[in-house]
Amino acid sequence: MSRFKLALQDEHRSNLIVSVLAIILGFLAGLLILLITGLNPLDMFIAMGRGVFGITDAGFNIRYIGEFLVTVMPITLTGLSVAFAFQAGLFNIGAEGQMIVGGYAAVFVALVVKLPIGLHVVVAVLAAAVAGALWGFVPGLLKAKFNINEVVVTIMMNYTAMYTTNYLLKLIPGSSLTKTADIPQSASLSSSFLSSLTNQSRLNWGIIIVILAIIIFKIIMEKTTFGYELRAVGANRDASRYAGMKVSRNIILSMSIAGAFAGLAGAVMTLGTFGFGRVLTSFDGYGSDGIAVALIGGNTALGSLFGGVLLGALQSAQTIMQVYGIPKEIAVIVSAMIIVLIAMKNGLKDILKRIGGIK
Amino acid sequence: MNVDPTAKIQNISVGMQQRVEILKMLYRDADILIFDEPTAVLTPQEIQELIKIMHDLVAEGKSIILITHKLKEIKQSADRCTVLRRGRFIGTVDVKTSSEKQMAEMMVGREVNMNIVKGEAKAGEPVLVIKNLDVNNNRGMKAVKGVDLVCKAGEITCIAGIEGNGQLEFVEAITGLRDVNEGTIILNGDDITKMSVRKRTNLGIAYVPEDRHRFGLVLDMTLNDNMILQSYYQKPFSNNGFFDFPEIRKYTERLSKDFDVRSSRGPDTIVRSMSGGNQQKAILAREIDRSPDLLIVFQPTRGLDVGAIEYIHKRIVQERDSGKAVLLVSYELDEVLDLSDIIHVFYSGQVVGSIPAAIANENDLGVLMAGSSLEESHESI
Repeated sequence: MSRFKLALQDEHRSNLIVSVLAIILGFLAGLLILLITGLNPLDMFIAMGRGVFGITDAGFNIRYIGEFLVTVMPITLTGLSVAFAFQAGLFNIGAEGQMIVGGYAAVFVALVVKLPIGLHVVVAVLAAAVAGALWGFVPGLLKAKFNINEVVVTIMMNYTAMYTTNYLLKLIPGSSLTKTADIPQSASLSSSFLSSLTNQSRLNWGIIIVILAIIIFKIIMEKTTFGYELRAVGANRDASRYAGMKVSRNIILSMSIAGAFAGLAGAVMTLGTFGFGRVLTSFDGYGSDGIAVALIGGNTALGSLFGGVLLGALQSAQTIMQVYGIPKEIAVIVSAMIIVLIAMKNGLKDILKRIGGIK
Repeated sequence: MNVDPTAKIQNISVGMQQRVEILKMLYRDADILIFDEPTAVLTPQEIQELIKIMHDLVAEGKSIILITHKLKEIKQSADRCTVLRRGRFIGTVDVKTSSEKQMAEMMVGREVNMNIVKGEAKAGEPVLVIKNLDVNNNRGMKAVKGVDLVCKAGEITCIAGIEGNGQLEFVEAITGLRDVNEGTIILNGDDITKMSVRKRTNLGIAYVPEDRHRFGLVLDMTLNDNMILQSYYQKPFSNNGFFDFPEIRKYTERLSKDFDVRSSRGPDTIVRSMSGGNQQKAILAREIDRSPDLLIVFQPTRGLDVGAIEYIHKRIVQERDSGKAVLLVSYELDEVLDLSDIIHVFYSGQVVGSIPAAIANENDLGVLMAGSSLEESHESI
């Protein structure tokens, strides 16, 4: 008990304890709902085991793990996007739109620009990052120069992104009313190696992009003077001005880089998971998932990975739960409970401390 | 009690506003009145009036709880004094039979030197020359109107005055946080009127701001992060944009030792968790260690305990003695009289009087701070 008390007083460890507790409580809430609705709570865990770890009735199937990772990739990237902006004190609700324009830019380069093998895919991915950055740059600029709330601008730009790219996608030669032509192999992120490793799942080289993005995020925020400036601007704008930092420039840059992370998510989806560009009828929700991921992860790099894995696990389980007759809404409730509990983690911490008898 | 019942509150003096507050309490038949630092915004004359009112109220049978950090006021107004330190009860003493020094010791927990030991100033060349400065406040109204001022090396130049008479806008114009309408600011012969904050910092301005939580520190970052707030991009703290963490740590540890900055977890302490005195010492350490030509200190001891005040005053005098120009802005007359070499009084955005500290007294400063001229006041006597 005394060790537990000590851990609670330590900032980092108490965050971990509270996060784990929030997850456990979230699952308990899910169980309760299953019991009340007369369903077998065990089925939820069986679905989780299959969706995340590939444990099926017919034995182990690694394909599920591959598909699980495919779910994790884009939401981790949009999570990084939201977290990056948040470190600089900005709410990036526009990861969805930045991802959409990123995806479009990647498809455009893949289908229209002719480049040699090797270079083609790199240019397509970079184009996605640049397009996402541009979509983040605009709200950043408006915030910095005219103090226009970035939340409003990014939300509106999500719609602009979707409808504009829907129109532009159909202009690319070979497109139908619902999708573009398939992306040539030279620009594709798909990997027969990774695919065969995971029993023909859609796992692709996008995973490398995700890992690189996490590393870049971590290095910028923790090791560089640029990340220090962003954190200072996010934590105290007046003190940053006092210190002689260029507050406006940092706001614009942080939104742009946040946009680039989301743009990469677009590339991973179009060049990797699907292999073509899609005309969207509504938002996929990767942007709002990103907000949840960043929140669960406390706006850090590794936290976003953790949040992405957690939310990805719940989403992977959702489809499989239905096979067992559990409405997938239950899985949504479980993930919502976890997010709510983490959001109120300071309150949870207080409760824990009171139980532990710490003043 | 002297109040004008028909006047609008916004148009009357702070002293009168306070009397209105007291009337409100009396009107509701309060028997116990709590005054929390009531003298912070009053002139010395108004403080005397307030203390007289408090005595009258006590004579009428009311009880008064006065919360203050000014020993002189305790001595003048209170019967009994209870000292709290860091949330702990230290003791209750009878004010008549205890000295200011005794009470100060209770507040700090050790012996304190109440008198600042300070030799003659050796004034040197002008470091900061301000000509005809005009500055607006946040609402776009003129806050500083045509101020001329010179700060010399080896001298503590003081701006006295009641809060809100343009001192903040004046200092922010010098440090670059606020735009100038008109006039010039010259530092060591260079015109810095339109320079960025960073350039001014590099040319040798250091600034201990009035609101240390809003401007001086990033509270949610560590002591390490705060010690390098202006110099993070320079060697040895970083190379090509990447931090050298061991160097930063060494630096923080050295400054903490030199300036007696205490923190629970050393360089990794989140600054928010530190006491006000240690936060202020950390800012002072950072600013003084850059060895500036001009050190601007704005209300450097607000809200601090007697021990920290003593230490900070000592360091400011040390800076002066090492040949730096010091610009002190303070609302506390005791601090003004103890530290300054020359005193300029601000009223309504203008310098209404300049007095060498050697011949300054509380009464004259109080008259100037209230906006009257000394000639008028002397004539009326």
